[in-house]
Amino acid sequence: MTKWHLSRRSLLVGASSAALAGSVYGRARGAYAAGKLSVGFWDHWVPGANDTLTKLAREWAEKEKVDLTIDYIPSQGNKLLLTIAAEAQARSGHDILAMNTWLPGSHAERLEPVDDVMREILAQNGPTNPVVEYLGKPDGHWRAVPATPGSQMKGPASRLDLLKEHAGIDLLKIYPPDGPVNEAEAAKWTWDALLAAAEKCHKAGFPFGIGLGTTSDNVDTWGSLFHAFGAKLVDEKGEIVVRSDATRAALDFAKRLAAFLPADAIAWDDGSNNRWLISGKGAMIFNPPSAWAVAKRDAPQVAEKVWHHPAPVGPKGRFGPYLPYYWGIWAFSPNKSAAKSLLAHLSTRRAAEQLVAASQGYDIPGYTSFNDFKTWFEEGPPKGTLRHYPPTAHQILSIAAAPAPHKIAEQIYNQATITKMIARMVQGGESADKAIAWAESELEGFMRG
Amino acid sequence: MAQAVAVARAQSGWVRARGGGLARRRARIAFFLCLPLILLVAALVIYPALYSLHLATLNKSMTRFVGLANFTFLFKRETFWMVVQQSVIFAVSAVVFKALIGFILAHLIHRLPDKGQRKWRGMLLVPWVIPPAMSTLVWWWMYEPSYSALNWLLQSMGFAPVPWLGDPYWARFSVILVNVWYGAPFFMIMYLAALKSVPAELYESADIDGANAWQKLIYITLPMLRNIIAITVLFSLIVTFANFDIVRILTAGGPRDMTHVFATWAFKLGIESNDIPLGACVSLFMFPILGLAAIFILRDVHRRSRELAGVAG
Repeated sequence: MTKWHLSRRSLLVGASSAALAGSVYGRARGAYAAGKLSVGFWDHWVPGANDTLTKLAREWAEKEKVDLTIDYIPSQGNKLLLTIAAEAQARSGHDILAMNTWLPGSHAERLEPVDDVMREILAQNGPTNPVVEYLGKPDGHWRAVPATPGSQMKGPASRLDLLKEHAGIDLLKIYPPDGPVNEAEAAKWTWDALLAAAEKCHKAGFPFGIGLGTTSDNVDTWGSLFHAFGAKLVDEKGEIVVRSDATRAALDFAKRLAAFLPADAIAWDDGSNNRWLISGKGAMIFNPPSAWAVAKRDAPQVAEKVWHHPAPVGPKGRFGPYLPYYWGIWAFSPNKSAAKSLLAHLSTRRAAEQLVAASQGYDIPGYTSFNDFKTWFEEGPPKGTLRHYPPTAHQILSIAAAPAPHKIAEQIYNQATITKMIARMVQGGESADKAIAWAESELEGFMRG
Repeated sequence: MAQAVAVARAQSGWVRARGGGLARRRARIAFFLCLPLILLVAALVIYPALYSLHLATLNKSMTRFVGLANFTFLFKRETFWMVVQQSVIFAVSAVVFKALIGFILAHLIHRLPDKGQRKWRGMLLVPWVIPPAMSTLVWWWMYEPSYSALNWLLQSMGFAPVPWLGDPYWARFSVILVNVWYGAPFFMIMYLAALKSVPAELYESADIDGANAWQKLIYITLPMLRNIIAITVLFSLIVTFANFDIVRILTAGGPRDMTHVFATWAFKLGIESNDIPLGACVSLFMFPILGLAAIFILRDVHRRSRELAGVAG
């Protein structure tokens, strides 16, 4: 284990190009913490993406003379989720762990507050998008630092050719490859337009691949529809407000749309929509560019016709599902100052840009000012397919179940209350009011303290 | 004479005392030999069981003791009673079919000549030998919503595709089918071993008395296999009730929670939804159900063993 040396490190800080990282290094050194740090990063599915993260972390460890151990933990088979649960119970394990979406709030009591690091990161990078703040600051304190790897948008990934041929929608006109959004054309890209297109593509034998299962992709898509209709299940104050005209309208719309989806959409998981697009059977899915990236390898003739773009607009606006990842520091960590220093280093613009490039544009950092990295402009084929993937002011970023208080929203999201309501209507033949009554009963249960 | 009697009494007392000491010493050695296993069981079974009891009495954030509030909360949930019902349907129907198929297969193999028997026994054991997570993945591909191999076969024969995992009732059938496929070989091998231990003289006597195959099955085979049937059913009931992997991989409890069993729902609540106390509560509900089943079945086995011992005596 290597001790940090204040004077020598101060010199290095002076030479550092990243002022933010430097300021936090100073704090870490001042703590005279032991020089050992163990980190569990999310195992990125893009080949090579982990190498860039390792390189960035190692360069920090070398400068700081910290004995750094890195584990990459996959999210497949809930490995990361189980590791987090086990370490939380055992109060032992890594100093830093990658945590997705709801986990910083779930483990808020067991995580070291990172308000101090975030203050400096935000001063350097500018504000985060609202979803990052809602999930990362569940009790008024930042519980984890937004991570670039894994953070993603889940807007539509559409087949340019099929939508043009069968639904008469020219996506390149709305979301051009070499310019900003054509707002006049985008105003016509509504949920009603999507419904009409879904019907036409269904008739043509290329149904939209939107699942009605209980996994994240399904919940995110229908969650953004609910937001677009102004339908909330629980409001900011924790009041159950699911019984509303907005919910009825959203459910009615969902039922009509479900009629044009694959018959077995109710059993879909997060892989089903990817396979649907890659197989060439579907004209649209809601997904980050992972399906397209796999298609580039397995079905290039499909990949070269896929365009990523924002969701349609509804009566209450255009809502894009954003899923952030975080890095959390356990309260039991013996080396919190070094952990904070590392996270500050990984949160610089330089680091984020490298990580985005390594992920082939899949990752979207949570800082609004970072949405202009050149990777998204250059990736292809087709060139520009990721041009409109990172969020802009054109859409409101959202997460299903928001704005409910964190602990309730987490239950709504993970137990897929929204998709189950729709499934009860579509498959169970229930009326909207009966589905709402069922949801009310579930929500009462989620209020349990 | 009196002296001889006294000597004999003294000797027998010495033998008893010596025997008692030996027995005590042997018991002590046996205990120490078993101690590592006892400690292992305590560490891996008793401690987690007690810990899950402790977790079940905490609030959602695990910061406060709430007594039995989590249990009473569950009793009021519609989904909980649905999971209880599904777990019973899943376990009972799967065990019945596994026992039935295992029994039939054991008889068929028992009747084969020795050489062929070994081949069939090996082949039929394959489902039970493959790790269930792996074989269930293969089943999942056969049921897969969009590219089901089974549906491809059905469609190529002119039948309509079946929503294996999309329709709640078909999904229940599908998970039970995989469990039966996986577990039937265990019953088969147990029954086959038991069949081989039934004395051939009993069947010969029955033949002489003119008994037909059905009568031999009812009056010889079944009574002779009764204990092994009870034990295998109990064992399988416990394992099937606690099943996680098959349901988790095939349906994850869907559609509409209609294939959840205790273990998958406990995982959904405890790990995926971060409500560990409620998840612990759900998993603990298996214990009284299985405890009752174990009491009844083992009591019957014990009674039967005593009857047999009485007959032998």
